[in-house]
Parts: sequence; C-alpha cells; structure tokens
Amino acid sequence: MYGLGIAKGLSVTFRNLFRKPSTIQYPEEAVPQAPRFRGEEFAWYEERCTGCASCAKFCPLGIIKIVTHPGGIDVQEGQSYAIDVFDIDLGRCMFCGLCVEACPYDALFMGSGFERSTYRRDDLVIPIDELRQAEKHPSTWFRPQLEAKEYRPQTGQPLSWEEVGR
Amino acid sequence: MEPIYVPFREANSFYRNLYDLFAEWSFWGVSPIPDWLAYFLAGFLIVFTVVNTVVIVTTIGTWVERRLIGRFQSRVGPNRWGPWGLATPIADAVKLLSKEDTRPEGVDGWVFNLAPLVFIVSPLLVFAVIPFGEGTYIANLNIGILFIIAVTTAPTIAMFMAGWASGNRYSLFGAMRGVAQLVSYEVPMVLSIVGVLLLSGSLSLVDIVEAQRIPFIVLQPLGFFIFLLAISAEMNRSPFDIVEADSELVAGFHTEYSGMKWGTFQLAEFIAPFGAAAIITTLFLKGWDGPLLPSHLWFFGKVCFVWFVLLWIRATLPRLRVDQIMALAWKFLFPLGILNLFITAAQVLVWEDPTTGQLWIMAGINWAVAIACLVGVSQLMSDKLSTRAPLAPVPVKGARGLREVR
Repeated sequence: MYGLGIAKGLSVTFRNLFRKPSTIQYPEEAVPQAPRFRGEEFAWYEERCTGCASCAKFCPLGIIKIVTHPGGIDVQEGQSYAIDVFDIDLGRCMFCGLCVEACPYDALFMGSGFERSTYRRDDLVIPIDELRQAEKHPSTWFRPQLEAKEYRPQTGQPLSWEEVGR
Repeated sequence: MEPIYVPFREANSFYRNLYDLFAEWSFWGVSPIPDWLAYFLAGFLIVFTVVNTVVIVTTIGTWVERRLIGRFQSRVGPNRWGPWGLATPIADAVKLLSKEDTRPEGVDGWVFNLAPLVFIVSPLLVFAVIPFGEGTYIANLNIGILFIIAVTTAPTIAMFMAGWASGNRYSLFGAMRGVAQLVSYEVPMVLSIVGVLLLSGSLSLVDIVEAQRIPFIVLQPLGFFIFLLAISAEMNRSPFDIVEADSELVAGFHTEYSGMKWGTFQLAEFIAPFGAAAIITTLFLKGWDGPLLPSHLWFFGKVCFVWFVLLWIRATLPRLRVDQIMALAWKFLFPLGILNLFITAAQVLVWEDPTTGQLWIMAGINWAVAIACLVGVSQLMSDKLSTRAPLAPVPVKGARGLREVR
C-alpha cells in the first residue's frame, strides 16, 4: 500500500530511541585499531641504523632528509655512518610505508598514532631529536617478527632496539 | 472613578486579578497607580511573562529537539557543554551574539534588517489567543482561529522580504518556494479547520475547547491528518523543508544572514512547532481539559506530546521535491479536505444538537470515511504522486560518436 513505507520509517526511528547510539565518543573512547596501522611518529632506532639512507632513496615524495658522516658505530655492522640529521616531513607524508619496507636493518618502523595535528606546517617535520627521544610503539606493519610476538602497539609497552630485531 | 472599559477584562480572571491588584493597591490611603496605568501594567506583565516563557521553553526545546533527533537517528546529539549538553543553548546564544553581523553588498538595507523581526513576531502572536488552562489566556478573541490563520501566514511575508532584500539567487529561490508552498497548503489547512468550526459552532479558541465533549481528533480524523500535514508544511519542517533545503539552496531565504539576525530566524523556526502543537492541542485534543491533574499541566503535556510527534516526523522523513509537495497539496489534501467538509456539514445538519451517543456514531462514520479515503485515494494517486520514470536516452540523429570525430 502506498504510504506504508512512511509508517515503517517512523517505527524504525522510534525503535532507535531505545537503542544504544552507535556514536563512539572519540576523545574519551577510541575505535580499536589494527596492530598493523600505518601511523605517524615513526619508530626509529638509532642503534640499528647504519645511515645507508635507503629510506630516503625509496621515499616517493623525498621527504626524509638524512645527513651522515663516517665514523659511527652500529650494533649489527660494526663501523658505519654516524647520523647528524634525520628529519621526516609528515606534512607531505602519505604513509605508504615504502621507507619501512626499504630498511635493511629493521631500524625504521611505522608508528601507531594519528593525533598529530598542528597549527603550522613546520611543526609537522619530526626532527632527529624527537625521533631519538620518543617512546617507541612500532607498528607491526611489514615486521613479521613483531607480529609473531603478537605485539599491540596501541596498548603494549614501548620496545627497545634489542626487542624489535629479527 | 469609573474603570476604563476593557473588553478582555470581563472574561479573563487571570487578567482581572492582576488589574485589581494594581488598581486597588493603596499607599497610606492614596492609590498611586491610576486606572490606565494599572490596565497597562497588568497587560504588560502578562504579555511579558507569556512571551518570555515561550522563548525560554523554546530555548530548552532546541536542546531537547537536537538531543531527540540525535537519538532518533542513532546518534548522541549535543553533549559537550554542561551536563548532558544542557548548556548548549547558552553557548549557541553567546556565539551568535558575539558573531560579526555581515551585510553583503547590494542588499536592500531596511527590508533586510526588518525581515527577522517580522519573522519572529508572528509565531509569538499565536500564543495571544491560545488558552493555556482553565480561564488562562491573554485574549479571548471571538475570531480567534481566523487570527491564527492570519498570523501563521505572516512569516511568508518576512521570508519573501528576506529573500528579496538579500540580492542573492538562492535566497530568492527559497523565498519563492516558501510562498508557493504556503499558498498551496493554506487551502487544505483552512478546509480542515472549517470542519472543527462546524462542530464547535464558534471561532473563539476558548469556546472550541469547551465545545469538545469528545476530543475532535476522534470526530475529525481526516481533518486532523490534513491539518497535521498542512501545519508542518507551513512551518517548513523536514518533509516539506524545500524552503531551506541545505543541499539545494545554501540555506534558502536566510543564506545571507549571520549573527543574531540569523539567530532570530532560527529562534522563530524553533518557536513555530510549539505554536503548531498548541494549535493542534486546542483544536483537536480538547485543549487544557483533562481529569485529575491541573489544567495547565494537561495543556503543557499535550503540547509536548504533539511537539514530540512533529519532531518524530521531522526526524524520519526525507525532503520531498517541489512538484511532489504541490501534488500532495492540490491532488491529495485538497479533495480530501472538501470531502471532509461536506461530510461534517451533512452530519451537523442531521444532528443539530447531538447527544454523546450520536457523537460516537459520527466518530464511527468519520473514521470509516477517513480510512477508506486515505487507503483508496493513496492507491489511486500512487502513480501520480510518485515520480515519472526517468527519461530513457534518445539517440540523436546525425550525432557522431567519438571515434568518427577527427
């Protein structure tokens, strides 16, 4: 019958009154994230990094700036480069994760955050000091060894450089 | 001294008490308030109280409305300011008052500034003749319902003023749509009211409430249905909100307004459902009358219920298209209104002074007619009300495909 759809629609909305709203109150509660989420604030382990700059070469946007000089010490390779500058410009990053795929020494990991909004574009550049000091919650994306440990970056403890290797 | 003749004074006990209080107040044997001032003061106090009550209730109503629409649509609604978002209206008001009052180039200044004022006056005027309880009303006009029809029509003028003065196509489109919609829906609305008038035998809202031995919704189901649709069209609420139609016209007639002028438009649009609910309560739901509880509480409860139903309809139904709205008014509601009028007139002719039993027979006939009409006519109209099938693409003679174009 014509018009019956209106009655049906009204009953649907009326039943909604007694249902729990499907809203998730974001700042207080969050949607559970996948452990392989590719987020901002890359986890970078200086101890593992040899300064080979594979990440910078593979970045499609060229937003990783890396400056090195010889004479550093790397835990895996022995003598290597010391890193002076390692800046990532998140303002242009598209979180493709190619830098992480390219890293031969498991020194760079995707992060798990998504709340780095700022008022200025310049603030989106992560300088090397911040990368050094940040609590490292590496995403398990492209890192099967972390996935094997069933590591949860959003809830788990921060990992040190010894724990993330293959 | 002979008191000034006050037409409402005789009928309205509420007013009379206040008037006497002022006029007979004496101070060391002198009564400092002259008669005319007492008349003015009493009237001013009552009107001030009513207008502010309406505005405050509406302000709380905006919060309730937004919360409820949220729940209807499985959302939460505003919940940030104050407990459960209760301070949202205050935050809104502060924001609107502190906003810059922009005025685009090329507007018709006077008309542009006057439109919000004209727009808000008429929904407030509705409450002048509504009986809020037993013997509580501002004025018992003997042409009360005529006054209401006139007053609910007036916002259209303001709407057109705003649309015209803005010098903006979207505004003008919205205003034109509003006028067209109002002209169409005024007819079924008045036809459905006439049925009520025939039964009650009076135009005064106070008398209409007292004439309802059985609520008129029982006696006039078809009239109630038509009136409900027509009044929600006059309020420009959701199934009929082509006037504002955010997705088509930016905001319709108030596109160019900002700050408190825009806020005045919004306030008026939030007052309108309360006015409509009050009218429906008075005409069809026996007004303030009810057992046990005090009459004011009954009136308020009924108004809130009708308001909730209007809100429910608004939260559920999507917007109709312009031609569908016109078709609904002229092909569907108008014939039904005429039919309802004829049947009611015949019944009033047959039973001149009906007993309660005869009223129930009348109700039975009217319900049968209403259901038969709604089902039958909607079946008949279904293909005409619904859209035409989209036109199939017609191949154009001599037109060339891309490959042939070199």
